[in-house]
Amino acid sequence: MLILTCPCCGVTGEETEFHQGGEAHLKRFGPGASDDEFHTYMFAKENPKGVHFERWRHNNGCGKWFHAARDTVTLEVYGTYPAQTLEPPKEIRDAITAKRPGWTWREFA
Amino acid sequence: MSEAVTPLNGARFEGLATIEDAGLTGMITLRGDLASKEVKDAVQKAVGLDIPAQRQAVSGQGSAVLWMSPDELLLICAYDSVSQTIATLEEALKGQHFLAVNVSDARTYLHLSGAGARETLAKLCPVDLSEAAFTPGMFRRTRMAQVPAAFWLDEAGTFHLICFRSVADYAFNLLKTAALPGGEVEIYG
Repeated sequence: MLILTCPCCGVTGEETEFHQGGEAHLKRFGPGASDDEFHTYMFAKENPKGVHFERWRHNNGCGKWFHAARDTVTLEVYGTYPAQTLEPPKEIRDAITAKRPGWTWREFA
Repeated sequence: MSEAVTPLNGARFEGLATIEDAGLTGMITLRGDLASKEVKDAVQKAVGLDIPAQRQAVSGQGSAVLWMSPDELLLICAYDSVSQTIATLEEALKGQHFLAVNVSDARTYLHLSGAGARETLAKLCPVDLSEAAFTPGMFRRTRMAQVPAAFWLDEAGTFHLICFRSVADYAFNLLKTAALPGGEVEIYG
């Protein structure tokens, strides 16, 4: 069971109050993107054992989307941050480094 | 004109807590920039109440303003004054980016009172409802068993609960089952 804090309304609730919305920080190419780029955007997803970044929605609460950094092995949540960001904020990355030195996820480390 | 009825039509149950249909109530969804002076003034004009802080409810006589999300409020007023209240909001917010919609008939509104009210609700919602954690004036949107619900607590210790009209029957039976005598947990003393 994950315990997440919604950065939009501040509620700290359990997983069942939220809904997972796939991988975070996906980059969509185009218009005029190549088939390869679209294929990557559409299908090439991370499936890590360890640090992972996801989108979540507070669907039984305020209804807003946000990002969460968590660990797929320990189910620890490193932090949540607003959806309106292109990369994890520094404090989230620092929190992960404190627990998992040397972690990488796509282009982030 | 057809006669308006609530989905539960005055249903009432007395067990560990008293669950009752709150009757026809006017509800208006207001979306906009909650930090703006215009919205603040419009709400004041429409229901005579201030805008609540994050996850709070502000109640008056037969009216309330509930904090639904960072850009959404739910205004509670008398059922037959909804069009008047919306007209007031629209007049006050002319030219602003906003939305005011009558959702009175889209919701079920219940009252939950009595000594076992906290416990009854706590059986169904993943929320800490102890007296220390959930105090009067707090407003919480969450999950009640399988459906979304929202509730707030007034000074008299009564929970005001709102969920969708389509799940009214389910919600009432759910609360009824949780409040059946013999099911005391007494976790909150």
